[in-house]
Amino acid sequence: MKLRRRQRERLSLWLQYLAFVAVIAVVLLAADWGRLREAFFRVDIIESMFPTIITVALRNTILYTLGAFAFGLVFGTILALMRLSRVAPYRWVATAYIELFRGLPALLVLFLVGYGIPIAFPEREIPGGVFGSISIGLGLTAAAYMAETIRAGIQAVPKGQMEAARTLGMSHFTAMRTIVIPQAFRIVIPPLTNELILLTKDSSLAYVLGVTAQTIEVTKFGRDTLNDRVNATPLLVAGLTYLIITLPLSQVVRRLELRYAKAR
Amino acid sequence: MTTTASRPAVEIRDLHKSFGPLEVLKGIDFEVGHGEVVCVIGPSGSGKSTLLRCVNLLEEPTAGKIWVNGTEMTDPDVEIDSVRRGIGMVFQSFNLFPHLTVLDNLTIAQRRVLKRGRAEAERIARDNLARVGLTDKADAYPAQLSGGQQQRAAIARSLSMDPKLMLFDEPTSALDPELVGDVLTVMRQLAEDGMTMMVVTHEMAFARDVADRVVFMDGGVVVEQGPPQEVLGAPQHERTRSFLSRVLDPTHVAQLGQPGQSAEPPASPSLPVDDRHHI
Repeated sequence: MKLRRRQRERLSLWLQYLAFVAVIAVVLLAADWGRLREAFFRVDIIESMFPTIITVALRNTILYTLGAFAFGLVFGTILALMRLSRVAPYRWVATAYIELFRGLPALLVLFLVGYGIPIAFPEREIPGGVFGSISIGLGLTAAAYMAETIRAGIQAVPKGQMEAARTLGMSHFTAMRTIVIPQAFRIVIPPLTNELILLTKDSSLAYVLGVTAQTIEVTKFGRDTLNDRVNATPLLVAGLTYLIITLPLSQVVRRLELRYAKAR
Repeated sequence: MTTTASRPAVEIRDLHKSFGPLEVLKGIDFEVGHGEVVCVIGPSGSGKSTLLRCVNLLEEPTAGKIWVNGTEMTDPDVEIDSVRRGIGMVFQSFNLFPHLTVLDNLTIAQRRVLKRGRAEAERIARDNLARVGLTDKADAYPAQLSGGQQQRAAIARSLSMDPKLMLFDEPTSALDPELVGDVLTVMRQLAEDGMTMMVVTHEMAFARDVADRVVFMDGGVVVEQGPPQEVLGAPQHERTRSFLSRVLDPTHVAQLGQPGQSAEPPASPSLPVDDRHHI
Protein backbone atom coordinates (compact mmCIF):
# COMPACT_ATOMS: atom_id res chain seq x y z
CA MET A 1 0.00 0.00 0.00
CA LYS A 2 1.33 3.40 -0.94
CA LEU A 3 1.27 6.03 1.81
CA ARG A 4 0.23 9.61 1.18
CA ARG A 5 2.78 12.33 1.75
CA ARG A 6 1.37 13.44 5.08
CA GLN A 7 1.16 9.84 6.30
CA ARG A 8 4.79 9.26 5.34
CA GLU A 9 5.89 12.38 7.22
CA ARG A 10 3.91 11.42 10.30
CA LEU A 11 5.37 7.93 10.25
CA SER A 12 8.91 9.27 9.94
CA LEU A 13 8.37 11.59 12.88
CA TRP A 14 7.01 8.78 15.05
CA LEU A 15 9.97 6.59 14.19
CA GLN A 16 12.35 9.32 15.33
CA TYR A 17 10.57 9.71 18.66
CA LEU A 18 10.56 5.96 19.06
CA ALA A 19 14.31 5.69 18.48
CA PHE A 20 14.91 8.39 21.09
CA VAL A 21 12.74 6.69 23.70
CA ALA A 22 14.38 3.32 22.97
CA VAL A 23 17.90 4.68 23.57
CA ILE A 24 16.84 6.33 26.82
CA ALA A 25 15.15 3.12 27.99
CA VAL A 26 18.25 1.02 27.23
CA VAL A 27 20.48 3.43 29.16
CA LEU A 28 18.11 3.54 32.11
CA LEU A 29 17.79 -0.23 32.26
CA ALA A 30 21.37 -1.20 31.49
CA ALA A 31 23.11 1.24 33.81
CA ASP A 32 24.18 0.00 37.22
CA TRP A 33 22.53 2.78 39.18
CA GLY A 34 23.68 1.57 42.55
CA ARG A 35 27.32 1.73 41.58
CA LEU A 36 26.98 5.01 39.74
CA ARG A 37 25.36 6.64 42.74
CA GLU A 38 28.02 5.21 45.03
CA ALA A 39 30.81 6.60 42.79
CA PHE A 40 29.36 9.96 41.72
CA PHE A 41 26.60 10.96 44.09
CA ARG A 42 27.54 10.37 47.73
CA VAL A 43 25.42 12.90 49.60
CA ASP A 44 27.73 12.90 52.63
CA ILE A 45 30.68 13.85 50.41
CA ILE A 46 28.68 16.55 48.68
CA GLU A 47 27.76 17.99 52.07
CA SER A 48 31.35 17.86 53.24
CA MET A 49 32.44 20.01 50.27
CA PHE A 50 30.20 22.89 51.28
CA PRO A 51 30.67 25.69 51.96
CA THR A 52 34.40 25.61 51.12
CA ILE A 53 33.83 24.91 47.43
CA ILE A 54 31.87 28.16 47.16
CA THR A 55 33.58 30.43 49.69
CA VAL A 56 37.13 29.50 48.73
CA ALA A 57 37.33 27.45 45.52
CA LEU A 58 34.67 29.19 43.44
CA ARG A 59 35.74 32.58 44.74
CA ASN A 60 39.32 31.90 43.64
CA THR A 61 38.22 30.55 40.26
CA ILE A 62 36.29 33.77 39.66
CA LEU A 63 39.20 35.93 40.88
CA TYR A 64 41.73 34.16 38.64
CA THR A 65 39.39 34.37 35.67
CA LEU A 66 38.70 38.07 36.16
CA GLY A 67 42.38 38.79 36.73
CA ALA A 68 43.39 37.05 33.53
CA PHE A 69 40.51 38.64 31.63
CA ALA A 70 41.35 42.15 32.82
CA PHE A 71 45.03 41.70 31.99
CA GLY A 72 44.15 40.22 28.59
CA LEU A 73 41.62 42.97 27.83
CA VAL A 74 43.97 45.85 28.58
CA PHE A 75 46.97 44.25 26.91
CA GLY A 76 44.84 42.97 24.02
CA THR A 77 43.44 46.45 23.38
CA ILE A 78 46.97 47.86 23.31
CA LEU A 79 48.02 45.12 20.88
CA ALA A 80 44.98 45.79 18.69
CA LEU A 81 45.82 49.50 18.52
CA MET A 82 49.44 48.63 17.73
CA ARG A 83 48.25 46.36 14.92
CA LEU A 84 46.36 49.33 13.45
CA SER A 85 49.14 51.84 14.11
CA ARG A 86 50.70 54.01 11.43
CA VAL A 87 54.08 53.22 12.94
CA ALA A 88 55.26 50.08 11.15
CA PRO A 89 57.45 48.65 13.98
CA TYR A 90 54.42 48.69 16.29
CA ARG A 91 52.53 46.63 13.74
CA TRP A 92 55.41 44.18 13.39
CA VAL A 93 55.80 43.70 17.14
CA ALA A 94 52.06 43.23 17.69
CA THR A 95 51.74 40.79 14.79
CA ALA A 96 54.74 38.78 15.98
CA TYR A 97 53.37 38.66 19.53
CA ILE A 98 49.91 37.58 18.40
CA GLU A 99 51.23 34.86 16.10
CA LEU A 100 53.61 33.61 18.78
CA PHE A 101 51.20 33.45 21.68
CA ARG A 102 48.33 31.99 19.70
CA GLY A 103 50.64 29.14 18.82
CA LEU A 104 51.74 28.30 22.37
CA PRO A 105 49.78 26.11 24.81
CA ALA A 106 48.38 28.12 27.73
CA LEU A 107 49.96 25.60 30.10
CA LEU A 108 53.44 26.26 28.74
CA VAL A 109 53.02 30.03 29.08
CA LEU A 110 51.82 29.49 32.64
CA PHE A 111 54.95 27.42 33.39
CA LEU A 112 57.01 30.21 31.87
CA VAL A 113 55.47 32.81 34.16
CA GLY A 114 55.26 30.59 37.23
CA TYR A 115 58.69 28.93 37.03
CA GLY A 116 60.70 30.38 34.14
CA ILE A 117 60.66 33.97 35.31
CA PRO A 118 61.41 33.15 38.98
CA ILE A 119 64.44 31.14 37.81
CA ALA A 120 65.61 33.96 35.54
CA PHE A 121 65.01 36.70 38.11
CA PRO A 122 65.20 35.05 41.52
CA GLU A 123 65.49 38.38 43.32
CA ARG A 124 62.19 39.64 41.86
CA GLU A 125 58.72 38.36 42.57
CA ILE A 126 55.54 38.58 40.52
CA PRO A 127 53.17 40.67 42.65
CA GLY A 128 49.99 39.04 43.88
CA GLY A 129 51.34 35.51 44.32
CA VAL A 130 49.27 32.83 42.60
CA PHE A 131 46.67 35.42 41.59
CA GLY A 132 49.29 37.59 39.92
CA SER A 133 50.98 34.68 38.18
CA ILE A 134 47.77 33.14 36.85
CA SER A 135 46.43 36.55 35.73
CA ILE A 136 49.59 37.22 33.75
CA GLY A 137 50.17 33.62 32.66
CA LEU A 138 46.69 33.16 31.21
CA GLY A 139 46.31 36.84 30.31
CA LEU A 140 49.34 36.78 28.01
CA THR A 141 47.69 34.12 25.85
CA ALA A 142 44.21 35.60 26.12
CA ALA A 143 45.56 39.00 25.04
CA ALA A 144 46.70 37.54 21.71
CA TYR A 145 43.21 36.22 20.94
CA MET A 146 41.44 39.29 22.28
CA ALA A 147 43.69 41.60 20.26
CA GLU A 148 42.52 40.02 17.02
CA THR A 149 38.89 40.19 18.13
CA ILE A 150 39.17 43.85 19.17
CA ARG A 151 41.02 44.77 15.97
CA ALA A 152 38.21 43.22 13.93
CA GLY A 153 35.70 45.14 16.06
CA ILE A 154 37.46 48.45 15.49
CA GLN A 155 37.61 47.80 11.76
CA ALA A 156 33.92 46.91 11.75
CA VAL A 157 32.99 50.44 12.88
CA PRO A 158 32.07 52.30 9.69
CA LYS A 159 34.72 54.70 8.38
CA GLY A 160 32.16 57.51 8.44
CA GLN A 161 32.18 57.48 12.25
CA MET A 162 35.84 58.47 12.38
CA GLU A 163 35.29 61.02 9.61
CA ALA A 164 32.35 62.61 11.40
CA ALA A 165 34.31 62.81 14.65
CA ARG A 166 37.38 64.31 12.95
CA THR A 167 35.16 66.77 11.08
CA LEU A 168 33.89 68.01 14.45
CA GLY A 169 37.49 68.85 15.35
CA MET A 170 38.31 65.81 17.46
CA SER A 171 41.87 64.54 17.34
CA HIS A 172 42.46 61.01 16.09
CA PHE A 173 43.02 59.89 19.68
CA THR A 174 39.85 61.51 21.06
CA ALA A 175 37.78 60.16 18.16
CA MET A 176 39.18 56.69 18.75
CA ARG A 177 38.52 56.80 22.49
CA THR A 178 35.06 58.38 22.56
CA ILE A 179 33.54 57.28 19.25
CA VAL A 180 35.22 54.26 17.63
CA ILE A 181 36.35 52.09 20.55
CA PRO A 182 33.04 52.27 22.48
CA GLN A 183 31.26 51.05 19.35
CA ALA A 184 33.92 48.42 18.68
CA PHE A 185 33.44 46.98 22.17
CA ARG A 186 29.73 46.67 21.61
CA ILE A 187 30.49 44.64 18.50
CA VAL A 188 32.96 42.35 20.26
CA ILE A 189 30.99 41.63 23.44
CA PRO A 190 29.85 38.17 22.31
CA PRO A 191 33.32 36.92 21.25
CA LEU A 192 34.91 38.47 24.35
CA THR A 193 32.41 36.66 26.54
CA ASN A 194 33.38 33.47 24.82
CA GLU A 195 36.94 34.29 25.85
CA LEU A 196 35.75 34.83 29.43
CA ILE A 197 34.12 31.42 29.46
CA LEU A 198 37.29 29.82 28.08
CA LEU A 199 39.33 31.59 30.77
CA THR A 200 36.97 30.35 33.47
CA LYS A 201 37.85 26.82 32.46
CA ASP A 202 41.54 27.57 31.90
CA SER A 203 41.80 28.97 35.42
CA SER A 204 41.85 25.31 36.51
CA LEU A 205 45.46 25.28 35.28
CA ALA A 206 46.34 27.24 38.42
CA TYR A 207 47.10 23.92 40.12
CA VAL A 208 50.46 23.74 38.32
CA LEU A 209 51.60 26.80 40.28
CA GLY A 210 51.19 24.90 43.53
CA VAL A 211 48.14 26.26 45.27
CA THR A 212 47.49 26.24 49.01
CA ALA A 213 44.25 25.79 50.96
CA GLN A 214 43.69 29.53 50.62
CA THR A 215 44.45 29.81 46.92
CA ILE A 216 42.80 26.59 45.76
CA GLU A 217 40.29 26.77 42.90
CA VAL A 218 37.40 24.53 41.90
CA THR A 219 39.08 21.79 39.85
CA LYS A 220 41.98 21.29 42.27
CA PHE A 221 39.57 21.32 45.18
CA GLY A 222 37.52 18.62 43.49
CA ARG A 223 40.59 16.52 42.80
CA ASP A 224 41.97 16.89 46.36
CA THR A 225 38.65 15.82 47.78
CA LEU A 226 38.64 12.87 45.38
CA ASN A 227 42.03 11.83 46.73
CA ASP A 228 40.85 12.16 50.33
CA ARG A 229 37.64 10.20 49.92
CA VAL A 230 38.62 7.87 47.06
CA ASN A 231 35.36 8.73 45.38
CA ALA A 232 34.38 10.48 42.13
CA THR A 233 31.57 12.59 43.60
CA PRO A 234 33.79 15.69 44.03
CA LEU A 235 34.34 15.84 40.25
CA LEU A 236 30.60 15.97 39.65
CA VAL A 237 30.24 18.76 42.22
CA ALA A 238 33.18 20.68 40.73
CA GLY A 239 31.74 20.36 37.24
CA LEU A 240 28.34 21.68 38.34
CA THR A 241 30.08 24.55 40.12
CA TYR A 242 31.58 25.76 36.81
CA LEU A 243 28.09 25.84 35.35
CA ILE A 244 27.13 28.30 38.10
CA ILE A 245 29.44 30.75 36.33
CA THR A 246 29.11 29.87 32.68
CA LEU A 247 25.34 29.50 32.35
CA PRO A 248 24.39 32.91 33.84
CA LEU A 249 27.19 34.46 31.79
CA SER A 250 25.50 33.58 28.53
CA GLN A 251 22.25 35.00 29.91
CA VAL A 252 23.93 38.29 30.76
CA VAL A 253 25.41 38.48 27.28
CA ARG A 254 22.04 37.90 25.68
CA ARG A 255 20.61 40.77 27.70
CA LEU A 256 23.53 43.08 26.88
CA GLU A 257 23.20 42.31 23.20
CA LEU A 258 19.53 43.22 23.32
CA ARG A 259 20.27 46.50 25.08
CA TYR A 260 22.98 47.47 22.65
CA ALA A 261 20.85 46.43 19.71
CA LYS A 262 18.57 49.27 20.74
CA ALA A 263 21.42 51.78 20.81
CA ARG A 264 22.79 50.80 17.44
CA MET B 1 49.81 80.61 7.51
CA THR B 2 48.32 83.71 5.96
CA THR B 3 45.26 85.19 7.56
CA THR B 4 43.63 87.93 5.56
CA ALA B 5 40.18 89.28 6.19
CA SER B 6 39.74 89.94 2.48
CA ARG B 7 40.16 86.30 1.54
CA PRO B 8 36.99 84.44 0.59
CA ALA B 9 35.56 81.73 2.85
CA VAL B 10 36.97 79.03 0.57
CA GLU B 11 39.68 79.55 -2.00
CA ILE B 12 41.01 76.70 -4.10
CA ARG B 13 43.90 77.06 -6.56
CA ASP B 14 44.86 74.46 -9.16
CA LEU B 15 43.69 71.53 -7.04
CA HIS B 16 44.63 68.06 -8.22
CA LYS B 17 43.65 64.80 -6.55
CA SER B 18 44.54 61.31 -7.67
CA PHE B 19 43.59 57.95 -6.22
CA GLY B 20 46.45 55.78 -7.43
CA PRO B 21 46.57 56.11 -11.20
CA LEU B 22 43.08 57.63 -11.33
CA GLU B 23 43.09 61.43 -11.48
CA VAL B 24 39.78 62.55 -10.01
CA LEU B 25 40.39 66.32 -9.84
CA LYS B 26 42.33 67.83 -12.73
CA GLY B 27 43.09 71.36 -11.70
CA ILE B 28 40.23 73.08 -9.91
CA ASP B 29 40.10 76.84 -9.29
CA PHE B 30 37.23 77.72 -7.11
CA GLU B 31 35.99 80.18 -4.52
CA VAL B 32 33.14 80.54 -2.08
CA GLY B 33 32.48 84.03 -0.75
CA HIS B 34 31.44 84.78 2.82
CA GLY B 35 27.73 84.13 3.20
CA GLU B 36 27.52 82.62 -0.27
CA VAL B 37 25.60 79.42 -1.02
CA VAL B 38 27.26 77.40 -3.75
CA CYS B 39 25.73 74.23 -5.15
CA VAL B 40 28.04 71.81 -6.93
CA ILE B 41 26.28 69.55 -9.41
CA GLY B 42 27.50 67.01 -11.90
CA PRO B 43 27.35 63.35 -12.85
CA SER B 44 28.58 60.69 -10.43
CA GLY B 45 32.32 60.26 -10.74
CA SER B 46 32.76 63.89 -11.73
CA GLY B 47 34.82 64.54 -8.59
CA LYS B 48 32.37 66.85 -6.83
CA SER B 49 32.34 64.89 -3.56
CA THR B 50 36.13 64.60 -3.66
CA LEU B 51 36.36 68.37 -4.11
CA LEU B 52 34.15 68.89 -1.07
CA ARG B 53 36.15 66.41 1.00
CA CYS B 54 39.38 68.17 0.04
CA VAL B 55 38.06 71.43 1.53
CA ASN B 56 38.27 70.08 5.09
CA LEU B 57 41.10 67.73 4.22
CA LEU B 58 39.19 64.47 4.61
CA GLU B 59 41.01 63.81 1.36
CA GLU B 60 44.61 64.92 1.06
CA PRO B 61 45.09 66.90 -2.19
CA THR B 62 47.78 65.62 -4.53
CA ALA B 63 48.68 69.17 -5.61
CA GLY B 64 47.31 72.68 -5.32
CA LYS B 65 46.40 75.01 -2.49
CA ILE B 66 43.27 75.44 -0.40
CA TRP B 67 42.45 78.25 2.03
CA VAL B 68 39.45 78.14 4.36
CA ASN B 69 38.53 81.24 6.34
CA GLY B 70 42.01 82.58 5.61
CA THR B 71 43.90 79.51 6.82
CA GLU B 72 45.88 77.49 4.33
CA MET B 73 44.60 73.92 4.69
CA THR B 74 47.34 72.57 2.46
CA ASP B 75 50.08 73.91 4.75
CA PRO B 76 51.75 70.71 6.04
CA ASP B 77 51.87 72.24 9.53
CA VAL B 78 48.22 73.33 9.61
CA GLU B 79 46.54 72.69 12.97
CA ILE B 80 43.92 70.59 11.27
CA ASP B 81 41.76 69.86 14.33
CA SER B 82 41.39 73.53 15.20
CA VAL B 83 40.62 74.59 11.60
CA ARG B 84 38.01 71.85 11.25
CA ARG B 85 36.08 73.29 14.22
CA GLY B 86 35.07 76.14 11.95
CA ILE B 87 33.93 73.84 9.15
CA GLY B 88 30.74 71.84 9.61
CA MET B 89 30.17 68.81 7.44
CA VAL B 90 27.03 66.86 6.66
CA PHE B 91 27.39 63.42 5.11
CA GLN B 92 25.21 61.45 2.77
CA SER B 93 25.01 58.64 5.34
CA PHE B 94 24.41 61.01 8.33
CA ASN B 95 27.15 59.37 10.45
CA LEU B 96 25.47 60.09 13.74
CA PHE B 97 27.16 58.28 16.61
CA PRO B 98 24.82 55.30 17.20
CA HIS B 99 25.97 54.63 20.77
CA LEU B 100 25.01 58.12 21.96
CA THR B 101 21.63 59.81 22.35
CA VAL B 102 20.82 62.67 20.00
CA LEU B 103 21.63 65.17 22.75
CA ASP B 104 24.99 63.52 23.45
CA ASN B 105 25.71 63.47 19.71
CA LEU B 106 25.36 67.24 19.80
CA THR B 107 27.30 67.84 23.01
CA ILE B 108 30.25 65.44 22.82
CA ALA B 109 32.40 67.52 20.47
CA GLN B 110 31.38 70.76 22.17
CA ARG B 111 32.62 69.36 25.46
CA ARG B 112 35.71 67.48 24.25
CA VAL B 113 36.85 69.96 21.61
CA LEU B 114 35.49 73.36 22.62
CA LYS B 115 35.72 72.50 26.36
CA ARG B 116 32.25 73.86 27.02
CA GLY B 117 30.58 72.92 30.31
CA ARG B 118 27.72 70.45 30.34
CA ALA B 119 25.01 73.04 30.96
CA GLU B 120 26.24 75.36 28.21
CA ALA B 121 26.74 72.52 25.72
CA GLU B 122 23.24 71.18 26.39
CA ARG B 123 21.68 74.60 26.05
CA ILE B 124 23.37 75.12 22.68
CA ALA B 125 22.44 71.58 21.62
CA ARG B 126 18.78 72.12 22.49
CA ASP B 127 18.76 75.46 20.67
CA ASN B 128 20.05 73.74 17.55
CA LEU B 129 17.64 70.82 17.89
CA ALA B 130 14.83 73.37 18.00
CA ARG B 131 16.29 74.99 14.90
CA VAL B 132 15.96 71.72 12.96
CA GLY B 133 12.61 70.80 14.50
CA LEU B 134 13.77 67.92 16.71
CA THR B 135 13.15 69.34 20.18
CA ASP B 136 11.36 66.20 21.32
CA LYS B 137 14.05 63.78 20.08
CA ALA B 138 16.89 64.84 22.40
CA ASP B 139 16.84 61.61 24.38
CA ALA B 140 16.28 59.24 21.45
CA TYR B 141 19.01 57.11 19.93
CA PRO B 142 19.79 57.65 16.25
CA ALA B 143 18.40 54.23 15.33
CA GLN B 144 15.00 55.36 16.63
CA LEU B 145 14.85 58.25 14.15
CA SER B 146 13.82 58.29 10.50
CA GLY B 147 16.48 59.06 7.92
CA GLY B 148 15.28 62.63 7.57
CA GLN B 149 15.35 63.15 11.33
CA GLN B 150 18.83 61.66 11.52
CA GLN B 151 20.10 64.02 8.85
CA ARG B 152 18.56 67.02 10.59
CA ALA B 153 20.15 65.90 13.85
CA ALA B 154 23.47 65.64 12.01
CA ILE B 155 23.05 69.19 10.74
CA ALA B 156 22.26 70.35 14.29
CA ARG B 157 25.37 68.52 15.52
CA SER B 158 27.52 70.49 13.09
CA LEU B 159 25.81 73.77 13.94
CA SER B 160 26.48 73.23 17.64
CA MET B 161 30.15 73.84 16.91
CA ASP B 162 29.34 77.36 15.59
CA PRO B 163 30.92 76.75 12.16
CA LYS B 164 31.61 79.60 9.76
CA LEU B 165 31.24 77.29 6.77
CA MET B 166 29.00 74.28 6.18
CA LEU B 167 29.81 71.52 3.71
CA PHE B 168 27.02 69.24 2.52
CA ASP B 169 27.93 66.01 0.72
CA GLU B 170 24.75 64.86 -1.05
CA PRO B 171 22.76 65.31 2.17
CA THR B 172 19.49 63.98 0.76
CA SER B 173 20.73 61.17 -1.51
CA ALA B 174 20.19 58.44 1.09
CA LEU B 175 16.70 59.58 2.03
CA ASP B 176 13.30 58.29 1.04
CA PRO B 177 11.69 60.85 -1.29
CA GLU B 178 9.07 61.97 1.21
CA LEU B 179 11.74 62.79 3.79
CA VAL B 180 13.89 64.97 1.53
CA GLY B 181 11.76 68.08 1.92
CA ASP B 182 12.28 68.45 5.68
CA VAL B 183 16.05 68.37 5.29
CA LEU B 184 16.03 70.85 2.41
CA THR B 185 13.80 73.17 4.41
CA VAL B 186 16.34 73.21 7.22
CA MET B 187 19.14 73.88 4.74
CA ARG B 188 17.20 76.68 3.09
CA GLN B 189 16.57 78.27 6.49
CA LEU B 190 20.28 78.03 7.19
CA ALA B 191 21.05 79.77 3.89
CA GLU B 192 18.59 82.53 4.70
CA ASP B 193 20.28 83.01 8.06
CA GLY B 194 23.45 83.87 6.15
CA MET B 195 25.48 80.68 6.54
CA THR B 196 28.27 80.11 4.04
CA MET B 197 27.39 76.82 2.37
CA MET B 198 28.96 74.51 -0.17
CA VAL B 199 26.45 71.88 -1.22
CA VAL B 200 27.07 68.86 -3.43
CA THR B 201 23.60 67.85 -4.50
CA HIS B 202 21.33 66.30 -7.09
CA GLU B 203 18.39 68.43 -5.93
CA MET B 204 18.10 70.81 -8.86
CA ALA B 205 15.13 72.63 -7.38
CA PHE B 206 17.14 73.39 -4.27
CA ALA B 207 20.05 74.62 -6.38
CA ARG B 208 17.74 76.81 -8.43
CA ASP B 209 15.89 78.33 -5.48
CA VAL B 210 18.55 78.62 -2.80
CA ALA B 211 22.00 78.77 -4.42
CA ASP B 212 23.72 82.06 -5.16
CA ARG B 213 25.89 80.20 -7.64
CA VAL B 214 25.79 76.79 -9.28
CA VAL B 215 28.95 74.98 -10.31
CA PHE B 216 28.76 72.18 -12.84
CA MET B 217 31.59 69.67 -12.70
CA ASP B 218 32.37 66.85 -15.09
CA GLY B 219 35.45 64.70 -15.55
CA GLY B 220 37.38 66.34 -12.73
CA VAL B 221 37.08 69.94 -13.96
CA VAL B 222 34.67 72.81 -13.46
CA VAL B 223 32.85 73.00 -16.77
CA GLU B 224 30.64 75.94 -16.08
CA GLN B 225 29.49 78.10 -13.21
CA GLY B 226 27.26 81.06 -12.60
CA PRO B 227 23.90 82.11 -11.19
CA PRO B 228 21.43 79.23 -11.11
CA GLN B 229 19.15 80.71 -13.74
CA GLU B 230 22.08 80.78 -16.17
CA VAL B 231 23.68 77.41 -15.44
CA LEU B 232 20.40 75.55 -14.97
CA GLY B 233 18.21 77.71 -17.19
CA ALA B 234 20.53 78.49 -20.11
CA PRO B 235 23.60 76.27 -19.90
CA GLN B 236 26.38 77.24 -22.30
CA HIS B 237 28.11 73.88 -22.51
CA GLU B 238 26.91 70.75 -24.21
CA ARG B 239 28.03 68.62 -21.27
CA THR B 240 25.90 70.70 -18.90
CA ARG B 241 22.88 70.44 -21.17
CA SER B 242 23.28 66.70 -21.53
CA PHE B 243 23.60 66.23 -17.76
CA LEU B 244 20.60 68.43 -16.99
CA SER B 245 18.43 66.67 -19.52
CA ARG B 246 19.31 63.32 -18.00
CA VAL B 247 18.58 64.54 -14.47
CA LEU B 248 15.47 66.57 -15.14
CA ASP B 249 13.84 64.41 -17.77
CA PRO B 250 15.28 60.93 -17.32
CA THR B 251 12.60 59.07 -19.25
CA HIS B 252 13.24 60.96 -22.49
CA VAL B 253 17.00 60.64 -22.69
CA ALA B 254 16.80 58.02 -25.44
CA GLN B 255 15.05 60.49 -27.74
CA LEU B 256 17.87 62.98 -27.49
CA GLY B 257 20.15 60.88 -29.62
CA GLN B 258 23.80 60.61 -28.64
CA PRO B 259 24.55 63.49 -26.32
CA GLY B 260 27.65 65.37 -27.31
CA GLN B 261 27.55 64.18 -30.91
CA SER B 262 24.37 65.61 -32.28
CA ALA B 263 25.00 68.42 -34.75
CA GLU B 264 22.04 70.27 -33.44
CA PRO B 265 22.20 70.57 -29.66
CA PRO B 266 18.94 69.71 -27.95
CA ALA B 267 17.00 72.57 -26.54
CA SER B 268 18.05 73.20 -23.00
CA PRO B 269 15.60 71.52 -20.71
CA SER B 270 13.56 73.75 -18.52
CA LEU B 271 13.11 72.96 -14.89
CA PRO B 272 9.81 71.35 -14.10
CA VAL B 273 7.41 73.91 -12.76
CA ASP B 274 5.70 71.57 -10.40
CA ASP B 275 8.65 70.23 -8.48
CA ARG B 276 8.47 67.32 -6.11
CA HIS B 277 9.79 69.17 -3.12
CA HIS B 278 8.21 72.41 -2.11
CA ILE B 279 10.99 74.13 -0.31
